[in-house]
Amino acid sequence: MALAAQDLRRLRLIANEIRKLVVEMTYVAGSGHPGGSLSIADLLALLYFRVLRVRPEDPLWPGRDRLVLSKGHAAPALYAALALRGFFPVEELFSLRRLGSRLQGHPSIVGQHRTPGVEMCTGSLGHGFAAAAGMALFGKRTGAPWRVFVILGDGEIQEGIVWEVASLARHHCLDNLIAFVDRNMMQLDGFTEDIHSLEPLAPRWEGFGWSVWEVDGHDLAALSEAVEEALEAEGTPKAIIMRTVKGKGVSFMENNPRFHGKAPKEDEYWRALGELEEEGRRILHAP
Amino acid sequence: MLPRLPWPLVHVREAYGRKLVELGRRFPDLWVLDADLSTSTKTAFFGREFPERFVNVGLQEQTMVNLAAGLALQGLRVVVSSFSVFLALRPLEMVRQSIAYPRLNVKIVATHGGVSVGPDGASHQVIEDVGIMTSIPNMEVYVPCDAPEVEAVVEHLVAEREGPAYVRLSRERIPVVHDEVDFRPGRGEVLRDGSDVAIISNGFMTPLALLAAERLSRMGIDAAVVNMTSVKPLDGDLVERMARETGFIVTAEEHNIYNGLGSRVAELLAERYPTPVRRVGVRDTFGESGLAWELLDNYGLSEFSIVHAVREGLRLRG
Repeated sequence: MALAAQDLRRLRLIANEIRKLVVEMTYVAGSGHPGGSLSIADLLALLYFRVLRVRPEDPLWPGRDRLVLSKGHAAPALYAALALRGFFPVEELFSLRRLGSRLQGHPSIVGQHRTPGVEMCTGSLGHGFAAAAGMALFGKRTGAPWRVFVILGDGEIQEGIVWEVASLARHHCLDNLIAFVDRNMMQLDGFTEDIHSLEPLAPRWEGFGWSVWEVDGHDLAALSEAVEEALEAEGTPKAIIMRTVKGKGVSFMENNPRFHGKAPKEDEYWRALGELEEEGRRILHAP
Repeated sequence: MLPRLPWPLVHVREAYGRKLVELGRRFPDLWVLDADLSTSTKTAFFGREFPERFVNVGLQEQTMVNLAAGLALQGLRVVVSSFSVFLALRPLEMVRQSIAYPRLNVKIVATHGGVSVGPDGASHQVIEDVGIMTSIPNMEVYVPCDAPEVEAVVEHLVAEREGPAYVRLSRERIPVVHDEVDFRPGRGEVLRDGSDVAIISNGFMTPLALLAAERLSRMGIDAAVVNMTSVKPLDGDLVERMARETGFIVTAEEHNIYNGLGSRVAELLAERYPTPVRRVGVRDTFGESGLAWELLDNYGLSEFSIVHAVREGLRLRG
């Protein structure tokens, strides 16, 4: 079912809100990864506010859909989405990366650091994808109704384990598993195609037996359509390759590898927030 | 060469495989994973009985470990098996990040530990695993000495312990020294009392320690033998008591002298009751092809190496 205009506007506003929170959280924390957080803000808005069957008041409800952020460094975006969805108070977001906080630098499910809504500790690239496959395997074998969603970075898929999992998931026909590849073309040290090229990307996933969709990761209508199609499809695991812009929404962070793992400074913070406020007004007043 | 042993020899792997099947019947939430070595590790027994709860991932040890994490997060008890070199070393970072850190209920049961793996040579003879696994927070480490104890350890870990653990088994048939097993985590087992020296050993070295103690007694040296299956948690009270009673400790393990049982005992005593310690183990060198018993002799892991270590230590003390 295509997104109605008012739903689309609402999701855009939420995505913009996630972006503002990402900028604020990383500014307050003084460190973190804004670039790759901003590139998945639209996806998280769509998933948490339209697709995922979750219960914020009961985060470990057995029937929930599982989402694993395998690119764990984008934790600020995940935390912002979870807080906005009601898993914990929005004010808590500003404890990011502080001693004793539930919002660890990379997602955690450990003891006092367990973040409500987080399924798996990630941060070391590739592991989350494999753990998600384990969840999907259990779901598949036991006929569980819930689905498993996993978000991978494009740099992340240079890790060999990702392709182990891609192969394994096909063998076990894990059609309850949807992987999103955040194809923002960048990794910490620069552009993926300079460092270790990934293209042609879609045929690689297809070659591993996955059904593949390629979509603009900032076009919420198109993204929503791809997710709906993927949810319907049966027989193979599914990959949605999202063409995205690293740092999306903040002009000076866009396509700038400097903001892969660096928080905005004071002046950058104000500029970024100003731009996002402006964008929020634009979405609100668009015809 | 194969010493004359007063005990029957039993494949610990088969005992392990049969135990898993029994546990599988009792615990419907037990899943077992293997990486294409199930006929060697004997998890194939479980796979035949419970195919719906068995996953042979193929040759993907790193994925297997993370897959186990994903399964454990759904409330399952999970056991993963392969050779110890492919579990303690190859997917080490996955073990740390995805099993130990979140304290998931995954048991790592690794077969083919130590140089006694034999003809396969250095690539397959892991002598570093105990040290590596011991260094990881939340991880417990066990090196059982015979088949009945393997069953007891696996029983405890699957039935009672919720959390990660590493167990190292041998490839070879090894002597059964237990009539009755009294395994408790964090507890050493005094197999023989003695007043001149305490030999603290585990795994394959425990039967050899018993033979050494017998030989020493004929030389007028009264040696105690402690089977220390539980490397972590270590039975510090027992180690200290043996040190106080005998004043001299010899450790024996099929592991590098660095970071294994000997290191742990020495560290503990240095802090709690400084006592001379001699370590019998592999002297920081890689193995090679050979028969198990040849290799044990060659790398100083024999009854006679223990006897020698005891006599040298006592001679130096005067």
